[in-house]
Amino acid sequence: MNVIPPPAFLNVDWWALGPILALTIGACLLLLTEFLPSGPRSSRAAALSLVTLLAAGYAVFHVRDDRRLLFEGMFVHDGLTVFFTLLFCAIGVISVLLSWDYLKRIRTNLTEYYALMLFSIIGMIVMAASNDLITIFLGLELMSLPLYVLVGIRRGNLESNEASLKYFLLGAFASGFLLYGIALMFGATGTTNLSTMAAFLSDSPMIHNPLLWIGALLVLIGFGFKVSLVPFHMWTPDAYEGAPTSVTAFMSAGAKAAGFAALLRLSLHVLGVAHDLWVPILSALAMITMTVGNVTALLQNNVKRMLAYSSIAHAGYVLVAVVAGGRDGASAALFYLAVYAFMNLGAFGVLTLLGKDLDERVLVSDLAGLGFSKPVLGLAMTVFMLSLGGIPPTAGFMGKIYVFGTALNAGLIPLVIVGVLNSVVSVYYYLRITVAMYMEEPRGEAVPAIGGWPSMVAIGLTLFVTLWWGVQAHGLLEQAQRSVLSLL
Amino acid sequence: MNGIPWLSLLIFLPLVGAAVLLLFPSGADRAIRRWATTVALAELAVSLPLWWKYIPGQTGWQFVEQKPWLPMWGAEWHLGADGISTLLVLLTTVITAIAVIGSYSAVHTKQKEFYAALLALEAGMIGTFFAIDLLLFYVFWEAMLVPMYLLIGVWGGQRRIYAAVKFFLYTMAGSVLMLTAILWLYFHHKALTGVPTFALDAFLAMPLAAPVQLWLFLAFAVAFAIKVPMFPFHTWLPDAHVEAPTAGSVILAAVLLKMGTYGFVRFAIPLFPDASHQMTPWIVSLALIGIVYGALVAMVQPDLKKLVAYSSVSHLGFCMLGLYAMNSQGLAGSMMQMLSHGVSTGALFLLVGVVYERRHTRLIADFGGLWKQLPVYATVFLIVMLSSIGLPGTNGFVGEFLVLLGAFRSTTAQVTIPLLNLHPTWGNLWAMIAATGVILSACYMLWMFQRVMFGPITHPENEQLSDLSWRERLVFAPLLILIFWMGAFPQPLLDRMQPSLDHMLDIARQRSVVTQGALVPPASPLHDAVVLAASPQGGGAR
Repeated sequence: MNVIPPPAFLNVDWWALGPILALTIGACLLLLTEFLPSGPRSSRAAALSLVTLLAAGYAVFHVRDDRRLLFEGMFVHDGLTVFFTLLFCAIGVISVLLSWDYLKRIRTNLTEYYALMLFSIIGMIVMAASNDLITIFLGLELMSLPLYVLVGIRRGNLESNEASLKYFLLGAFASGFLLYGIALMFGATGTTNLSTMAAFLSDSPMIHNPLLWIGALLVLIGFGFKVSLVPFHMWTPDAYEGAPTSVTAFMSAGAKAAGFAALLRLSLHVLGVAHDLWVPILSALAMITMTVGNVTALLQNNVKRMLAYSSIAHAGYVLVAVVAGGRDGASAALFYLAVYAFMNLGAFGVLTLLGKDLDERVLVSDLAGLGFSKPVLGLAMTVFMLSLGGIPPTAGFMGKIYVFGTALNAGLIPLVIVGVLNSVVSVYYYLRITVAMYMEEPRGEAVPAIGGWPSMVAIGLTLFVTLWWGVQAHGLLEQAQRSVLSLL
Repeated sequence: MNGIPWLSLLIFLPLVGAAVLLLFPSGADRAIRRWATTVALAELAVSLPLWWKYIPGQTGWQFVEQKPWLPMWGAEWHLGADGISTLLVLLTTVITAIAVIGSYSAVHTKQKEFYAALLALEAGMIGTFFAIDLLLFYVFWEAMLVPMYLLIGVWGGQRRIYAAVKFFLYTMAGSVLMLTAILWLYFHHKALTGVPTFALDAFLAMPLAAPVQLWLFLAFAVAFAIKVPMFPFHTWLPDAHVEAPTAGSVILAAVLLKMGTYGFVRFAIPLFPDASHQMTPWIVSLALIGIVYGALVAMVQPDLKKLVAYSSVSHLGFCMLGLYAMNSQGLAGSMMQMLSHGVSTGALFLLVGVVYERRHTRLIADFGGLWKQLPVYATVFLIVMLSSIGLPGTNGFVGEFLVLLGAFRSTTAQVTIPLLNLHPTWGNLWAMIAATGVILSACYMLWMFQRVMFGPITHPENEQLSDLSWRERLVFAPLLILIFWMGAFPQPLLDRMQPSLDHMLDIARQRSVVTQGALVPPASPLHDAVVLAASPQGGGAR
C-alpha cells in the first residue's frame, strides 16, 4: 500500500505564516461577532483586534531569527519581513487604541472598521514578505482595498466620500500601472520571482532591454502612488483630510512603510544590478518630492492637510535612503520608517483627541492655547512636531542623521544638501503648530478634548518611543542593521 | 580626580530641576520661584569646583567623562573641559542664576513653564560647551534652540512670534550644513582609519586637504557666524533681543552669542586651519564692518534694548577680530571680551529691564533726568556702561586692549597707502579701524546715558519711579563685583584660558604643517603671532 503523502499545501511553515493566520482568524472572528448584539459604545471589537494584533506580533517574534522561503520562493521570511511585521503590528496596536474613543465620538463605532484594518495589515505584511511581483501585487491590493473603504467609512460625510472616491480612482490607476509594469518585466526576464530575476539580470545582456526598464518604471510609478512621491501625490492631501483622523494616522504610517518595504526589496534585487541607471531618476524624484511636499505644506491651514504634505516630504527622505542603496541605505530606510511611524501616529493621535462629538478641530488656529490648557497634549504634540522637523533630542533627528549620513557616504552630496535645506523649510510649518499652541491666545472657548485611557496609552507610547529613540537609538539601530543582513 | 562626574551633574541638575518644576501646581508662584532659584543656585554651587579643581597649567581635557552612547556609530557621551569651556560654563551658571532671580517681577504669566524653560536652556548651553563628541555637541547645540525659542515666543513682546521663529530658522538654517560637514568628517575618518567616531580629538588628528577644508570650514563658519552674529547674518539679533523677556535677552547676549565664537575657537579654527587662514581677510573684514556698523547703528536707536543689541554686534566683532588675529594675545583678548561682554551686556539688559518693568517703555525719549529720581540705579548703570565702553579698571578694557594688541601684531604683510606714502601692516590697519569702534561705543553709550539720566525730568510719569529694590541690588551686586574684579585682576582668568587657547593654536599650527608643509615654526616667542597670518598665501596681503 502506498502511503498517501499529505497534500503540499499543508506542508508549509506555519510559524512563519503565524502573523497572517492570526490576523485572518481575528478579522473573521470580528465579522462573526458582528451578529451578536452590542451597544453603540461597545469596546468588544477594539479589544478583540488588539488581542489579535498582539498575537500576530508574538507569532512573528517567536521565529524572528530564521530565514526561510515559503510557497516555492514567492514568500520569504527574513529579517526584513520580521522587522516590518512587528512594525505593522505596532502601528495597528496604536491605531486601534486611537480609534477606540475616537470612533465612539464620531459615532462610527463599527465592527467592520476594525476588521478592515486587520485585513489591511495582512496586505501590508504580505507586501513586505513578498519575494515575487505577483505576491507584491496581491499584498498591495489586499492593503489598499480595505483602506479605500476605511477612508470613506463615514458614510454620511461628503468629504469622506469624496476622499474615498478620489483615493480609489487614483489607486486603481496606480494598480493598473503596477500590473502593466509587472507584465513587461515578466516579458523581459521570463520570471516574476525577484531572486530569479536578479540572478538572470546579473549576467545577462538583457539588462539594457527597454522592455525591462519601461516595466520597472511603471512599477515605480505604482509604488510612487502608494508612498505618495511627487508627482504621484495628488490624492494624498484629499484622502488624508477626508478620512477619519484615526484612519489617516493608520494609513500614513502603515501604507507608506508597506510601500517602501516592497520598493526596498525590489530595488535591492533588481535595481541593485543597474544602480547607475536608477540613481539619477530616484535622486530627481527624491528632490522633487521633498521640495514640493515641504513648500506646499507651508501654505496649509488645516493640520491634517499640512501633515499630509509633510508625509509626502518624508517619503522623499526615505527615498534618499533608498537611493543611497546597499545594506546601509536599506537599514537607514528601515530606521526612518519606524521612527516616522511612531511620530506621525502620535501627531495624528493628538488630533483625534481634539474636538467634541462630530465637531472636528483640525485647523492650526484651533490649536491656539492648547499648550497651556492641555499641557500634556501640548507637550506631546510639541515633541512630535520637533521630531518630524528633525530636531534633537528626538527620534526624527536620529532618523535624519542616519538617512543623510548614509547618502553622504554614498557620495550623494547635492541630494543631501537639498535634503537638509528642506528640513529647515519644514521646521517653519512644524513650528507654526507650536506657535499656535504656546504663543497664541485661544479665540473663544478652549478646544475641547476627549481622553480615555486607550488614547492616553497610545499617545504615551508614541511619545515615549519618539523621545527614547532620540536619546538612545541603539536598540533600533541594531535591529535595523540586523534586519537587512539577509538581503543581498 | 575623584569619582564625581561633575560635568554630567552640571548638565542633568537643571534638567531634573525643570522636570520637577513642571509638576508644581500652576498657581504656586512663590514656591515655583523659590524652587527655580534653589536649582539655579545649586547649579552655581556645583559649577564652582570647576574653578577650584581645574589645573590651569595643563593642556588637554580635564574632568573627562566617556561612555558609549551609540556604539554602532561610535558616538559617545564624551564630555571634557578646558580653560575655555570652564570659564564659559561659569559665566553661564552665574548669569542663569541672576536671570532667574531677576525675573521675579518681570514674569507674571505661566511662571512654571518660564522657569522650566530657563533651566532647560541652561542644561543645553552647558552641554554645548562640554561636549567634545561632535554628534553630542550638535545635539545640544540644536536642542538648546527649543527653550530659547519658547522664551522669546511665549513671554516676549509685541512681535514675539516673528522674532522667535526668525531666531529658530536662522540658527537652524546655519547649523544643518554644519551637521552635513560633521557627517562628512565622520565618514572621511571612517574611510581613512576604519574607526567610526565623532570624537573631536580623532578629527583633530586627521589630515585634511586644503580644498576640502574650505568647504567644511564654510559649512561650520556659517553656523557659527549666524550665532555670533557676524555682520551680514546679524539681522535676527535685534528682533530676538527686543522681543525677548529680560531674562531671555540676558542669556541670549551673555551666553548664546558666545556659542558662535566658542565654535570658531574650538572647532572651526583647529579643524580647518588652512581654510581659516585662507578666509582670514574675509572674516576680519566682516568683523571690522560689524564693529563699526554695529556701533553706528546703535547710535541712532531710539529704543534702549535695540541700542544694547547693536552694541553686541559691535562687541562681538571684537571677539571675531581677536580670534582671527590668530595669535596668543588676540585669542586671549577675544576670550576676555566674550566673558566681559557676557557680564556687562547681561547687566545692561537687566538694567533696561528694570526701567521697563516700571514704565513699560524702553524709548530713550520717554526718559530723562532719571539720576535725580533713581540715584542708585543711575550709579549702577554708569558703572556698567563704562565697563561696556571699556574703561581701564573695568572688565571691558582688558579684552579690548588685548584684541587690539593682537590684531596690531597679527600680520607683517604691508600695505601701501598711496598719497600719504605710509606703509602700515594690515594688522596695524585692522587695529586702527577697530579702535574707532571703541570711540564710537563711547559716543553712543555716553550720549544715551546723558539723554536718559541727565537734564530735567521731562515726563511727569518718571517722577514716581522707585529706585532699585533690595532684591534688584542683590542681583546687580555680583555683576558689579565681577566687573571690577575682571578689570583689576584678570590674571587668574588669563592663567586658565591662555594655555588652552595656545593649545588650540598649536593644534591648528601643527595641522596646518601636516597639510601644507609650508609653515615655518616661530623664530621667537615674540613673533609667534605672525606665523599663521604670514604664511605664503599672505593673509590679508594679497
